[in-house]
Amino acid sequence: MTWDVILRVALVAVAFLTLPLIVGQTEHKVMAHMQARLGPMYAGAFHGWAQLIADGVKFAQKEDVTPRAADGPVFRLAPAVALLPYLLVLLVIPLGPGDLVGQQLDVGLFFVLAVVGVGVIAVLMAAWASANKYSLLGGLRAAAQLLGYELPFVLSAASVAMAAGTLSLPGIVAAWQPWWLLWQLPATIVFFVSGLAEIRRPPFDMPIADSELVFGYLTEYTGLRFAFFLLAEYVGIVVISALTAALFLGGWHGPWAESVGWLWMLLKTGAVAFVVIWLRVSWPRLREDQLQRLCWLVLVPLALAQLVLTAGVRVALG
Amino acid sequence: MTLQDVLLSVVGLVAVAGGVAVVTTKQLVRAGLWLVVALGAVAVEFLLLGAEFAAWVQVLIYVGAVVVLLLFAVMLTRAPIGRSSDLDRPALPATLVGAASGLGLAALFVGVFGQFQVPAPAVGTAERIGDSVFGAWVLPFEVLSILLLAALVGAIVLSRPAAPAPQDASADAVAQGSSR
Repeated sequence: MTWDVILRVALVAVAFLTLPLIVGQTEHKVMAHMQARLGPMYAGAFHGWAQLIADGVKFAQKEDVTPRAADGPVFRLAPAVALLPYLLVLLVIPLGPGDLVGQQLDVGLFFVLAVVGVGVIAVLMAAWASANKYSLLGGLRAAAQLLGYELPFVLSAASVAMAAGTLSLPGIVAAWQPWWLLWQLPATIVFFVSGLAEIRRPPFDMPIADSELVFGYLTEYTGLRFAFFLLAEYVGIVVISALTAALFLGGWHGPWAESVGWLWMLLKTGAVAFVVIWLRVSWPRLREDQLQRLCWLVLVPLALAQLVLTAGVRVALG
Repeated sequence: MTLQDVLLSVVGLVAVAGGVAVVTTKQLVRAGLWLVVALGAVAVEFLLLGAEFAAWVQVLIYVGAVVVLLLFAVMLTRAPIGRSSDLDRPALPATLVGAASGLGLAALFVGVFGQFQVPAPAVGTAERIGDSVFGAWVLPFEVLSILLLAALVGAIVLSRPAAPAPQDASADAVAQGSSR
């Protein structure tokens, strides 16, 4: 029993340490090729596969600077607060059929939504404690964005929970059927777009807009603490992609799901992560007012309409 | 004393300490951050008592939304790093009222429930909460929904820009003059 728990936690920790690096490396290469470049080619000799390891070593060697005017303890704590929620979320995402999940949780979906929301506090801590006006502006933008997009995020997740009749993530995946792709299509789009905004990826990177705000709430961070924030962003991609795959794309469902279900889940997660990278290359950054308009005038009504549709179909099917 | 009792007491102490830090710190934004500690500790208490659903609601609503809104509002105003010397807190009366109500409640609960052995209810799953909210407690639930709706409408009315006063020709001329 105890060994089982330790093994599961260890496996989730391994996933936490490797998947973001794989996504990061893919981003380097995919972006490069989309822009007719080669990207990293030298580190590790074969197509620059060790580039991110080299980056990590570089980050670890850099000086750890806390600005004199900053609020030290809060400033130093913020990267950890940014990273921890995503690690906890990875624990409850089902990888395969049956028991192949870090931790069975009856209210798994609710847990995920609650814990992802805590990330905002890290942004506000970093923004305020930096004692830098660009940081503060970035933090305010981030808070406004995250508060707004939390609503469609939760509503679209609620739709699929209603469809499945359970809040448990393995339960939702088990109840999933292929025709849900059509039935839950609006919710899929709303969830993915607002998830993208939750992790502040382009085109929703207004809070760290480097052409206006230096680097937003990350301006004053250096070395390992900056690397932690970057890692949080890439774990965020993994979490949002895995959630989209598990909730809306059927998770481990596919041919021979009993034996290779985990592979299907990883493939779907990878495909969604590829779209996340693709969007970064192909979309310009949304302006602050466009960003809020998209949230309140498009995504929220769409999510509400989807809730009505889901409830209607559920009632009609009995 | 079981392990659960010990954990409950320790986490309870953390919650109380966080609350004390909220009202005693001289640094405005840190007060908001201490609130995260206090409310988070209460969520852990819910977890320890087997009320899983309530615990995550506590995190989602209080830590994820209420505190964030509070910090957001504080940062929009003057929120200096370091001590604010001009915080006016009625320290003595607040301590008296807080301590008296805290001790009074504690004495009341110990006096009323101290002798009973209450069997621990089953884990608070979403299904059980849903059954009770939409079964036995459906009337209070609906009343609260109406209250929330009224508050929502009130917020919209309050935040609407004031209707423009009926304009006559002279006011128009003045407005045009000033805009040039």
